[in-house]
Amino acid sequence: MAAITASVYTSHVPAIGAALDLGKSGEPYWQKVFSGYEFSKQWLRDNTPDVIFLVYNDHANAFSLDLIPTFAIGCAPEFAIADEGWGPRPVPKVIGHPELAAHIAQSVIQDDFDLTVVNKMPVDHGLTVPLSLMCGQPPADKFAWPCPVIPFAVNVVQYPVPSGHRCFNLGRAIRKAVASFDAPLKVQVWGTGGMSHQLQGPRAGLINREWDTAFLDQLIADPATLAQKPHIDYVREAGSEGIELVMWLIARGAMGDESGPGTPRVAHRFYHVPASNTAVGHLILENQA
Amino acid sequence: MALDKPYRDIPGTTIFDAEQSRLGFHLNQFCMSLMQAENRARFKADERAYLDQWPMTEEQKQAVLARDLNWCIRLGGNIYFLAKIGATDGKSFQQMAGSMTGMTEEEYRDMMISGGRSIEGNRRLGEDGSAQPQNQPQGRAGRKEAN
Repeated sequence: MAAITASVYTSHVPAIGAALDLGKSGEPYWQKVFSGYEFSKQWLRDNTPDVIFLVYNDHANAFSLDLIPTFAIGCAPEFAIADEGWGPRPVPKVIGHPELAAHIAQSVIQDDFDLTVVNKMPVDHGLTVPLSLMCGQPPADKFAWPCPVIPFAVNVVQYPVPSGHRCFNLGRAIRKAVASFDAPLKVQVWGTGGMSHQLQGPRAGLINREWDTAFLDQLIADPATLAQKPHIDYVREAGSEGIELVMWLIARGAMGDESGPGTPRVAHRFYHVPASNTAVGHLILENQA
Repeated sequence: MALDKPYRDIPGTTIFDAEQSRLGFHLNQFCMSLMQAENRARFKADERAYLDQWPMTEEQKQAVLARDLNWCIRLGGNIYFLAKIGATDGKSFQQMAGSMTGMTEEEYRDMMISGGRSIEGNRRLGEDGSAQPQNQPQGRAGRKEAN
Protein backbone atom coordinates (compact mmCIF):
# COMPACT_ATOMS: atom_id res chain seq x y z
CA MET A 1 0.00 0.00 0.00
CA ALA A 2 1.07 3.60 -0.60
CA ALA A 3 1.97 5.80 2.36
CA ILE A 4 2.61 9.45 3.14
CA THR A 5 6.11 9.66 4.54
CA ALA A 6 6.66 13.39 4.98
CA SER A 7 5.32 16.83 4.24
CA VAL A 8 7.13 19.92 3.04
CA TYR A 9 5.97 23.53 3.43
CA THR A 10 7.42 26.45 1.54
CA SER A 11 6.67 29.86 0.10
CA HIS A 12 6.57 30.02 -3.69
CA VAL A 13 7.62 33.61 -4.48
CA PRO A 14 7.99 34.16 -8.27
CA ALA A 15 11.11 36.31 -7.81
CA ILE A 16 12.87 33.23 -6.39
CA GLY A 17 12.34 31.48 -9.71
CA ALA A 18 13.53 34.57 -11.58
CA ALA A 19 16.66 34.79 -9.39
CA LEU A 20 17.50 31.16 -10.17
CA ASP A 21 16.72 31.43 -13.85
CA LEU A 22 18.73 34.64 -14.30
CA GLY A 23 21.76 33.32 -12.39
CA LYS A 24 21.36 35.68 -9.42
CA SER A 25 21.28 32.99 -6.73
CA GLY A 26 24.83 33.84 -5.60
CA GLU A 27 23.95 37.45 -4.74
CA PRO A 28 23.92 38.18 -0.99
CA TYR A 29 20.23 39.14 -1.08
CA TRP A 30 19.28 35.74 -2.50
CA GLN A 31 21.91 33.74 -0.66
CA LYS A 32 20.03 34.48 2.55
CA VAL A 33 16.93 32.88 1.02
CA PHE A 34 18.67 29.89 -0.58
CA SER A 35 20.76 29.12 2.50
CA GLY A 36 17.55 27.94 4.14
CA TYR A 37 17.14 25.27 1.47
CA GLU A 38 20.64 23.74 1.47
CA PHE A 39 19.57 21.20 4.07
CA SER A 40 16.34 20.58 2.17
CA LYS A 41 18.02 19.74 -1.13
CA GLN A 42 20.20 17.11 0.56
CA TRP A 43 17.20 15.84 2.53
CA LEU A 44 15.23 15.39 -0.69
CA ARG A 45 18.12 13.55 -2.34
CA ASP A 46 18.21 11.22 0.68
CA ASN A 47 14.43 10.90 0.87
CA THR A 48 13.26 11.06 -2.73
CA PRO A 49 9.63 9.93 -2.79
CA ASP A 50 7.93 8.02 -5.59
CA VAL A 51 5.37 10.80 -6.00
CA ILE A 52 4.98 14.38 -4.75
CA PHE A 53 1.41 15.57 -4.19
CA LEU A 54 1.98 19.30 -4.57
CA VAL A 55 -0.63 21.70 -3.19
CA TYR A 56 -0.29 25.18 -4.71
CA ASN A 57 -2.38 27.90 -6.21
CA ASP A 58 -2.60 28.99 -9.79
CA HIS A 59 -1.99 32.74 -10.19
CA ALA A 60 -4.33 33.51 -13.09
CA ASN A 61 -2.35 31.33 -15.49
CA ALA A 62 -4.10 27.99 -16.01
CA PHE A 63 -7.37 29.43 -14.75
CA SER A 64 -8.64 32.81 -15.92
CA LEU A 65 -12.02 34.14 -14.80
CA ASP A 66 -13.59 31.68 -17.25
CA LEU A 67 -13.47 28.97 -14.62
CA ILE A 68 -12.55 29.13 -10.94
CA PRO A 69 -12.34 25.67 -9.36
CA THR A 70 -11.89 25.65 -5.58
CA PHE A 71 -9.90 22.41 -5.65
CA ALA A 72 -8.44 21.04 -8.90
CA ILE A 73 -6.46 17.81 -9.17
CA GLY A 74 -4.12 17.32 -12.12
CA CYS A 75 -4.68 13.86 -13.55
CA ALA A 76 -2.69 14.26 -16.79
CA PRO A 77 0.49 12.32 -17.69
CA GLU A 78 2.37 15.61 -17.98
CA PHE A 79 2.00 19.35 -17.46
CA ALA A 80 3.57 22.17 -19.48
CA ILE A 81 5.26 25.17 -17.86
CA ALA A 82 3.07 28.28 -18.07
CA ASP A 83 4.10 31.53 -19.76
CA GLU A 84 3.08 33.98 -17.05
CA GLY A 85 3.93 36.99 -19.17
CA TRP A 86 7.72 36.90 -18.85
CA GLY A 87 8.01 33.73 -20.99
CA PRO A 88 7.92 30.18 -19.52
CA ARG A 89 10.49 29.37 -16.80
CA PRO A 90 13.33 27.28 -18.28
CA VAL A 91 12.60 24.28 -16.10
CA PRO A 92 11.60 20.70 -16.97
CA LYS A 93 7.99 19.91 -17.73
CA VAL A 94 6.18 18.18 -14.89
CA ILE A 95 5.50 14.47 -15.18
CA GLY A 96 2.27 13.46 -13.46
CA HIS A 97 1.07 10.24 -11.89
CA PRO A 98 -2.34 9.70 -13.53
CA GLU A 99 -3.07 6.40 -11.78
CA LEU A 100 -2.58 7.73 -8.25
CA ALA A 101 -4.23 11.05 -9.13
CA ALA A 102 -7.34 9.32 -10.45
CA HIS A 103 -7.43 7.07 -7.41
CA ILE A 104 -7.21 10.06 -5.05
CA ALA A 105 -9.90 11.91 -7.01
CA GLN A 106 -12.25 8.95 -6.77
CA SER A 107 -11.66 8.44 -3.06
CA VAL A 108 -11.73 12.09 -2.01
CA ILE A 109 -14.84 12.98 -4.05
CA GLN A 110 -16.64 10.07 -2.41
CA ASP A 111 -15.54 11.59 0.90
CA ASP A 112 -17.58 14.71 0.02
CA PHE A 113 -14.81 16.98 -1.34
CA ASP A 114 -15.89 18.13 -4.78
CA LEU A 115 -12.61 18.17 -6.68
CA THR A 116 -12.40 19.37 -10.26
CA VAL A 117 -10.57 16.80 -12.37
CA VAL A 118 -8.14 18.52 -14.73
CA ASN A 119 -6.67 16.61 -17.65
CA LYS A 120 -4.89 19.54 -19.25
CA MET A 121 -3.31 22.55 -17.60
CA PRO A 122 -0.04 24.45 -17.59
CA VAL A 123 1.58 24.86 -14.16
CA ASP A 124 2.95 28.18 -12.91
CA HIS A 125 5.52 29.41 -10.37
CA GLY A 126 3.30 28.28 -7.52
CA LEU A 127 4.28 24.73 -8.42
CA THR A 128 7.68 25.15 -10.09
CA VAL A 129 9.36 27.44 -7.53
CA PRO A 130 8.94 24.90 -4.68
CA LEU A 131 10.40 22.22 -6.97
CA SER A 132 13.35 24.47 -7.82
CA LEU A 133 13.95 25.29 -4.14
CA MET A 134 13.87 21.66 -3.08
CA CYS A 135 15.56 20.04 -6.10
CA GLY A 136 17.88 22.75 -7.37
CA GLN A 137 18.24 23.38 -11.08
CA PRO A 138 18.20 20.04 -12.94
CA PRO A 139 21.37 19.50 -15.04
CA ALA A 140 21.15 19.76 -18.82
CA ASP A 141 22.06 16.11 -19.36
CA LYS A 142 19.32 14.92 -17.01
CA PHE A 143 16.73 17.62 -17.47
CA ALA A 144 13.90 16.26 -15.34
CA TRP A 145 12.42 16.57 -11.85
CA PRO A 146 13.39 13.69 -9.56
CA CYS A 147 9.93 12.09 -9.45
CA PRO A 148 6.36 12.41 -10.73
CA VAL A 149 4.26 15.23 -9.30
CA ILE A 150 0.48 15.46 -8.88
CA PRO A 151 -0.48 19.16 -9.10
CA PHE A 152 -3.29 20.11 -6.74
CA ALA A 153 -4.49 23.67 -7.31
CA VAL A 154 -6.49 25.56 -4.67
CA ASN A 155 -8.35 28.78 -5.41
CA VAL A 156 -6.94 31.45 -3.12
CA VAL A 157 -7.25 34.25 -5.68
CA GLN A 158 -10.99 35.00 -5.75
CA TYR A 159 -12.84 35.16 -2.45
CA PRO A 160 -14.16 33.27 -0.75
CA VAL A 161 -11.38 30.73 -0.62
CA PRO A 162 -11.82 27.41 1.22
CA SER A 163 -11.56 27.62 5.01
CA GLY A 164 -8.58 26.33 6.95
CA HIS A 165 -10.86 23.79 8.55
CA ARG A 166 -11.97 22.44 5.20
CA CYS A 167 -8.39 22.31 3.93
CA PHE A 168 -7.26 20.41 7.02
CA ASN A 169 -10.04 17.85 6.62
CA LEU A 170 -9.27 17.55 2.92
CA GLY A 171 -5.71 16.66 3.88
CA ARG A 172 -7.06 13.88 6.07
CA ALA A 173 -9.16 12.57 3.18
CA ILE A 174 -6.10 12.63 0.91
CA ARG A 175 -4.19 10.57 3.48
CA LYS A 176 -6.97 8.01 3.55
CA ALA A 177 -7.01 7.89 -0.26
CA VAL A 178 -3.26 7.38 -0.54
CA ALA A 179 -3.36 4.60 2.06
CA SER A 180 -5.82 2.63 -0.07
CA PHE A 181 -3.73 2.79 -3.27
CA ASP A 182 -2.56 -0.70 -4.07
CA ALA A 183 1.14 -0.12 -4.79
CA PRO A 184 4.03 0.41 -2.36
CA LEU A 185 4.56 4.10 -3.16
CA LYS A 186 6.20 6.63 -0.86
CA VAL A 187 4.27 9.87 -1.21
CA GLN A 188 5.15 13.33 0.07
CA VAL A 189 2.55 16.07 0.37
CA TRP A 190 3.83 19.61 -0.10
CA GLY A 191 1.89 22.69 0.98
CA THR A 192 3.06 25.94 -0.59
CA GLY A 193 2.46 29.70 -0.61
CA GLY A 194 2.61 32.37 2.09
CA MET A 195 3.84 33.41 4.52
CA SER A 196 2.74 36.95 5.34
CA HIS A 197 2.63 39.18 2.28
CA GLN A 198 0.44 41.67 0.50
CA LEU A 199 0.93 42.56 -3.15
CA GLN A 200 -1.71 45.24 -3.59
CA GLY A 201 -2.78 48.68 -2.50
CA PRO A 202 -1.18 51.12 -0.07
CA ARG A 203 -0.74 48.26 2.43
CA ALA A 204 1.55 46.36 -0.01
CA GLY A 205 4.69 45.04 1.62
CA LEU A 206 3.03 44.01 4.87
CA ILE A 207 5.03 41.46 6.87
CA ASN A 208 4.04 40.06 10.27
CA ARG A 209 6.92 38.03 11.65
CA GLU A 210 5.28 37.46 15.02
CA TRP A 211 2.13 36.06 13.42
CA ASP A 212 4.12 33.86 11.03
CA THR A 213 6.20 32.44 13.86
CA ALA A 214 3.09 31.59 15.85
CA PHE A 215 1.58 29.99 12.73
CA LEU A 216 4.63 27.75 12.28
CA ASP A 217 4.60 26.77 15.96
CA GLN A 218 0.92 25.89 15.90
CA LEU A 219 1.11 24.14 12.53
CA ILE A 220 3.63 21.75 14.05
CA ALA A 221 2.08 21.22 17.48
CA ASP A 222 -1.65 21.84 17.22
CA PRO A 223 -2.87 22.01 13.62
CA ALA A 224 -6.47 21.09 14.47
CA THR A 225 -6.81 24.28 16.50
CA LEU A 226 -4.94 26.31 13.89
CA ALA A 227 -7.43 25.06 11.31
CA GLN A 228 -10.21 26.93 13.15
CA LYS A 229 -8.61 30.30 12.39
CA PRO A 230 -11.06 32.34 10.26
CA HIS A 231 -10.16 33.95 6.92
CA ILE A 232 -10.30 37.44 8.30
CA ASP A 233 -7.40 36.73 10.66
CA TYR A 234 -5.16 35.71 7.76
CA VAL A 235 -6.10 38.76 5.69
CA ARG A 236 -5.89 41.28 8.50
CA GLU A 237 -2.74 39.92 10.15
CA ALA A 238 -0.77 38.31 7.29
CA GLY A 239 -1.86 40.42 4.30
CA SER A 240 -4.32 39.85 1.50
CA GLU A 241 -2.04 37.24 -0.10
CA GLY A 242 -1.16 35.65 3.26
CA ILE A 243 -4.41 33.73 2.86
CA GLU A 244 -2.36 31.28 0.76
CA LEU A 245 -1.34 29.71 4.05
CA VAL A 246 -4.61 27.75 4.22
CA MET A 247 -2.92 25.47 1.67
CA TRP A 248 -0.34 24.43 4.27
CA LEU A 249 -3.20 22.92 6.28
CA ILE A 250 -3.94 20.45 3.48
CA ALA A 251 -0.41 19.06 3.74
CA ARG A 252 -0.57 19.11 7.53
CA GLY A 253 -3.92 17.29 7.57
CA ALA A 254 -2.36 14.62 5.37
CA MET A 255 0.16 13.79 8.12
CA GLY A 256 -2.73 12.12 9.97
CA ASP A 257 -1.31 12.48 13.49
CA GLU A 258 -4.45 11.21 15.16
CA SER A 259 -4.68 8.12 12.97
CA GLY A 260 -1.50 6.61 14.41
CA PRO A 261 1.80 8.30 13.70
CA GLY A 262 1.42 11.03 16.31
CA THR A 263 3.04 14.46 16.08
CA PRO A 264 5.57 14.44 13.22
CA ARG A 265 9.29 15.07 13.64
CA VAL A 266 10.51 18.52 12.61
CA ALA A 267 13.38 17.76 10.24
CA HIS A 268 13.93 21.38 9.23
CA ARG A 269 12.59 24.87 9.91
CA PHE A 270 13.51 28.16 8.26
CA TYR A 271 12.16 31.70 8.16
CA HIS A 272 13.51 34.75 6.37
CA VAL A 273 12.35 38.24 5.40
CA PRO A 274 12.28 39.25 2.60
CA ALA A 275 12.15 37.55 -0.74
CA SER A 276 10.81 40.35 -2.89
CA ASN A 277 7.49 41.25 -1.16
CA THR A 278 7.22 38.14 0.98
CA ALA A 279 8.18 36.42 4.21
CA VAL A 280 9.68 33.04 3.32
CA GLY A 281 8.70 30.18 5.59
CA HIS A 282 9.80 26.59 5.23
CA LEU A 283 9.26 23.37 7.19
CA ILE A 284 9.92 19.69 6.66
CA LEU A 285 7.90 17.30 8.80
CA GLU A 286 8.51 13.55 8.83
CA ASN A 287 6.10 10.87 9.94
CA GLN A 288 7.68 8.90 12.78
CA ALA A 289 7.01 5.41 11.47
CA MET B 1 -29.76 39.66 4.66
CA ALA B 2 -26.51 41.11 3.33
CA LEU B 3 -23.41 38.97 3.10
CA ASP B 4 -20.85 39.43 5.84
CA LYS B 5 -17.72 41.14 4.48
CA PRO B 6 -15.56 41.78 7.54
CA TYR B 7 -12.53 42.61 5.35
CA ARG B 8 -13.99 45.98 4.34
CA ASP B 9 -12.34 47.74 7.29
CA ILE B 10 -8.74 46.79 6.42
CA PRO B 11 -6.85 49.89 5.26
CA GLY B 12 -5.18 50.01 1.86
CA THR B 13 -6.62 46.65 0.87
CA THR B 14 -9.22 45.55 -1.66
CA ILE B 15 -10.34 41.96 -1.38
CA PHE B 16 -11.01 40.40 -4.77
CA ASP B 17 -14.37 38.85 -4.04
CA ALA B 18 -17.15 37.80 -6.40
CA GLU B 19 -18.44 41.38 -6.57
CA GLN B 20 -15.04 42.82 -7.59
CA SER B 21 -14.56 39.92 -9.98
CA ARG B 22 -17.81 40.73 -11.72
CA LEU B 23 -16.83 44.41 -12.07
CA GLY B 24 -13.43 43.55 -13.42
CA PHE B 25 -14.25 40.60 -15.65
CA HIS B 26 -13.28 42.14 -19.00
CA LEU B 27 -10.32 44.05 -17.53
CA ASN B 28 -8.90 40.84 -16.09
CA GLN B 29 -9.60 38.83 -19.23
CA PHE B 30 -7.76 41.47 -21.27
CA CYS B 31 -4.81 40.96 -18.92
CA MET B 32 -4.94 37.20 -19.52
CA SER B 33 -4.54 37.79 -23.25
CA LEU B 34 -1.06 39.19 -22.52
CA MET B 35 0.13 35.70 -21.65
CA GLN B 36 0.76 35.19 -25.36
CA ALA B 37 3.89 36.75 -26.82
CA GLU B 38 2.18 37.88 -30.03
CA ASN B 39 -0.54 39.65 -28.03
CA ARG B 40 2.08 41.40 -25.90
CA ALA B 41 3.69 42.66 -29.12
CA ARG B 42 0.35 43.84 -30.53
CA PHE B 43 -0.51 45.61 -27.26
CA LYS B 44 2.84 47.37 -27.13
CA ALA B 45 2.56 48.45 -30.78
CA ASP B 46 -0.75 50.27 -30.19
CA GLU B 47 -2.13 50.07 -26.66
CA ARG B 48 -5.30 52.03 -27.30
CA ALA B 49 -6.26 50.01 -30.38
CA TYR B 50 -5.61 46.76 -28.51
CA LEU B 51 -7.71 47.87 -25.53
CA ASP B 52 -10.54 48.90 -27.84
CA GLN B 53 -10.94 45.28 -28.86
CA TRP B 54 -12.15 44.49 -25.33
CA PRO B 55 -15.58 45.36 -23.89
CA MET B 56 -13.98 47.21 -20.97
CA THR B 57 -15.28 50.50 -19.60
CA GLU B 58 -13.52 53.67 -20.75
CA GLU B 59 -12.34 54.22 -17.18
CA GLN B 60 -10.78 50.75 -17.06
CA LYS B 61 -8.91 51.51 -20.28
CA GLN B 62 -7.68 54.82 -18.87
CA ALA B 63 -6.49 53.10 -15.71
CA VAL B 64 -4.51 50.58 -17.79
CA LEU B 65 -3.00 53.27 -20.01
CA ALA B 66 -1.99 55.21 -16.86
CA ARG B 67 -0.50 52.01 -15.36
CA ASP B 68 -2.26 53.04 -12.14
CA LEU B 69 -2.66 49.69 -10.40
CA ASN B 70 -4.63 51.09 -7.46
CA TRP B 71 -7.11 52.54 -9.95
CA CYS B 72 -7.26 49.22 -11.84
CA ILE B 73 -7.96 47.38 -8.59
CA ARG B 74 -10.78 49.78 -7.65
CA LEU B 75 -12.35 48.94 -11.02
CA GLY B 76 -12.26 45.21 -10.37
CA GLY B 77 -8.74 44.29 -11.39
CA ASN B 78 -6.86 41.61 -9.49
CA ILE B 79 -3.12 41.83 -8.94
CA TYR B 80 -2.35 38.41 -10.44
CA PHE B 81 -4.14 39.39 -13.63
CA LEU B 82 -2.73 42.93 -13.64
CA ALA B 83 0.74 41.43 -13.25
CA LYS B 84 0.54 40.44 -16.92
CA ILE B 85 0.62 44.15 -17.80
CA GLY B 86 3.66 44.60 -15.59
CA ALA B 87 5.32 41.59 -17.16
CA THR B 88 4.67 43.06 -20.59
CA ASP B 89 6.39 46.24 -19.40
CA GLY B 90 9.30 44.21 -17.99
CA LYS B 91 8.42 45.03 -14.38
CA SER B 92 8.96 42.72 -11.41
CA PHE B 93 6.30 41.97 -8.80
CA GLN B 94 8.22 44.13 -6.36
CA GLN B 95 8.13 47.09 -8.73
CA MET B 96 4.40 46.58 -9.26
CA ALA B 97 3.61 46.25 -5.55
CA GLY B 98 5.76 49.23 -4.69
CA SER B 99 4.06 51.38 -7.33
CA MET B 100 0.83 51.20 -5.31
CA THR B 101 2.35 52.74 -2.19
CA GLY B 102 3.62 56.06 -3.51
CA MET B 103 7.16 55.02 -2.62
CA THR B 104 10.05 55.01 -5.04
CA GLU B 105 11.49 51.63 -5.96
CA GLU B 106 14.41 52.24 -3.60
CA GLU B 107 12.18 53.30 -0.72
CA TYR B 108 9.98 50.23 -1.12
CA ARG B 109 12.92 47.85 -1.49
CA ASP B 110 14.54 49.32 1.61
CA MET B 111 11.31 48.88 3.57
CA MET B 112 11.22 45.19 2.59
CA ILE B 113 14.88 44.63 3.47
CA SER B 114 14.22 46.25 6.85
CA GLY B 115 11.56 43.64 7.59
CA GLY B 116 8.60 44.89 5.59
CA ARG B 117 5.66 47.07 6.47
CA SER B 118 4.66 46.84 10.12
CA ILE B 119 1.25 45.50 11.03
CA GLU B 120 1.00 48.04 13.85
CA GLY B 121 -1.59 50.67 13.03
CA ASN B 122 -2.49 48.84 9.81
CA ARG B 123 -5.06 46.33 11.00
CA ARG B 124 -8.18 48.49 10.87
CA LEU B 125 -9.32 51.77 9.38
CA GLY B 126 -9.16 54.49 12.01
CA GLU B 127 -5.71 53.54 13.28
CA ASP B 128 -2.65 55.53 12.26
CA GLY B 129 -0.30 53.16 10.40
CA SER B 130 1.51 53.82 7.14
CA ALA B 131 -1.22 52.22 4.98
CA GLN B 132 -4.04 54.37 6.36
CA PRO B 133 -5.79 56.76 3.93
CA GLN B 134 -4.76 59.84 5.91
CA ASN B 135 -1.08 58.85 5.49
CA GLN B 136 -1.00 58.67 1.68
CA PRO B 137 1.08 58.99 -0.37
CA GLN B 138 3.86 57.30 1.53
CA GLY B 139 6.97 58.26 -0.36
CA ARG B 140 8.77 60.52 -2.73
CA ALA B 141 7.23 58.99 -5.86
CA GLY B 142 3.71 59.87 -4.72
CA ARG B 143 4.65 63.36 -3.56
CA LYS B 144 6.27 64.04 -6.90
CA GLU B 145 3.03 63.15 -8.64
CA ALA B 146 1.02 65.38 -6.34
CA ASN B 147 3.13 68.44 -7.19
